[in-house]
Amino acid sequence: MLTVEGLTCAYGQARVVHQVSFHVAPGEVLALLGRNGAGKTTTLRAIMGLLRPVAGRVRLDGVELTGLPPHAVPRLGLGYVPQGRRLFPALTVEENLRMGLLVRDGRAADLEPLFALFPVLRERLRQRAATLSGGEQQMVATARALAARPRILLLDEPTEGLMPLLAARLLETLAALRAQGVGVLLVEQRIEAALRMADRVAVLETGRLAWQGSPAALRADEGLLLRLLGVRRAPGRPGGRAPEGPGAPRSAR
Amino acid sequence: MVAVAALTPLLETVGLTKRFDGLAAVQGVDFSLTPGEIRALIGPNGAGKTTLLGLICGRLAPTAGRIRFRGRDITDLEAHARVALGIAYTFQVTSVFRTMTVFDNVVLAAQRRWARGWRAALAADGRAVREEAARVLEGVGLTAGWDRPAGALPYGHQRLLEVAMALAADPILLALDEPTQGLAEEEIALLTDLLRRLAGRLTILLVEHNMAVVLELARRVTVMHEGRILAEGSPPEIETNPEVQRVYLGAA
Repeated sequence: MLTVEGLTCAYGQARVVHQVSFHVAPGEVLALLGRNGAGKTTTLRAIMGLLRPVAGRVRLDGVELTGLPPHAVPRLGLGYVPQGRRLFPALTVEENLRMGLLVRDGRAADLEPLFALFPVLRERLRQRAATLSGGEQQMVATARALAARPRILLLDEPTEGLMPLLAARLLETLAALRAQGVGVLLVEQRIEAALRMADRVAVLETGRLAWQGSPAALRADEGLLLRLLGVRRAPGRPGGRAPEGPGAPRSAR
Repeated sequence: MVAVAALTPLLETVGLTKRFDGLAAVQGVDFSLTPGEIRALIGPNGAGKTTLLGLICGRLAPTAGRIRFRGRDITDLEAHARVALGIAYTFQVTSVFRTMTVFDNVVLAAQRRWARGWRAALAADGRAVREEAARVLEGVGLTAGWDRPAGALPYGHQRLLEVAMALAADPILLALDEPTQGLAEEEIALLTDLLRRLAGRLTILLVEHNMAVVLELARRVTVMHEGRILAEGSPPEIETNPEVQRVYLGAA
């Protein structure tokens, strides 16, 4: 269980996250939503130890993560797919994936399911990451995080730059990971896709936790959708048609 | 804008090819754009879309083939010379000046048009440039953070700023590489409206995976696959094309 309590972060004098608390249990997907600039990425970075919070605590199964150096956090079972593909550009695809395996002493065979997810990566193994297309880089970043077999996975807009076919396949993979007991903290701007995946939803508004509840409750409240997310019509239609695919299982678990 | 005969393509590529270390990212592409249209360029990840844009904008030199813009062969022109001819572009990787304010980034971009001879008089007037920058920022919906360092903007807004910078150069052809990445749905709707309003006055080449945006904006869609053009047609033709469904859309 990932527990975030009273998390407060600032850049200089500007507080960008205030007193945010939530948890992610094994085998559940928590969607963290909010407008651009609401503090979603900052929250993820603080959990991963990439940014030192001003106040608050982050714990994984009771173990305090706050204050740990960033390299220690993935070893404890927290995986992170940052926004905008932070790869090692000079390393090959294979080397990038091995960095993921190293985190928790995985074997090369652990990469096989990742090639099933993104077949093109097998053809690109010897290619330097910098020479990949944007979408291929996104695949490597996701595969690298999964190679570390995280217990809790933090994803910052993981479908960004992926063609519709692969975006749908990634969402299916997340549903499968959840079924295996992995907890997922999903930051996603495609509201409909996020609501279909999520067991629970937390919404940030200018750095504060403005709302928590079920996807069904959020869907049903048009005023809330408009106020917190600026979504006017039924979610998914204005520009963000959700990728086709099963997403979350339809029935309750 | 100089009048161009209606049937003359704005841009035309003939046999355009780009190889990287033996890998043919773009292979013998014949492609053309009609003045004033919005063309969507879609295709699987790694199909060569960004490379084709890079060749058109002059960021990359082709291995073979020619590129003509408004009837003139521009194959051997550097990127800055193409900007001066009216080709503006934004790329997936954000290229804003992070420590400069949002506003100054746009002002700097607006000054690019100095390169375009007869506009020098206008651009030399600092006030006109600043007014233009403010107008463009308003157009993309980025007025709130105009005096903040660009690097402090959320990722999606940095990409919107890039669109503003491209527009500030008053382009004839605007090439956008996945401009909706990192944007929330309301921001996507705003950008879509803006591009629709711009169409006709300028020509837009749009690389985009968000099919709702593609279907809403483009009258023609070009699909690339493995460095070649797989299909080209109206949005309904492309949506129902079995090959496109198989390699890209993933629909049954």
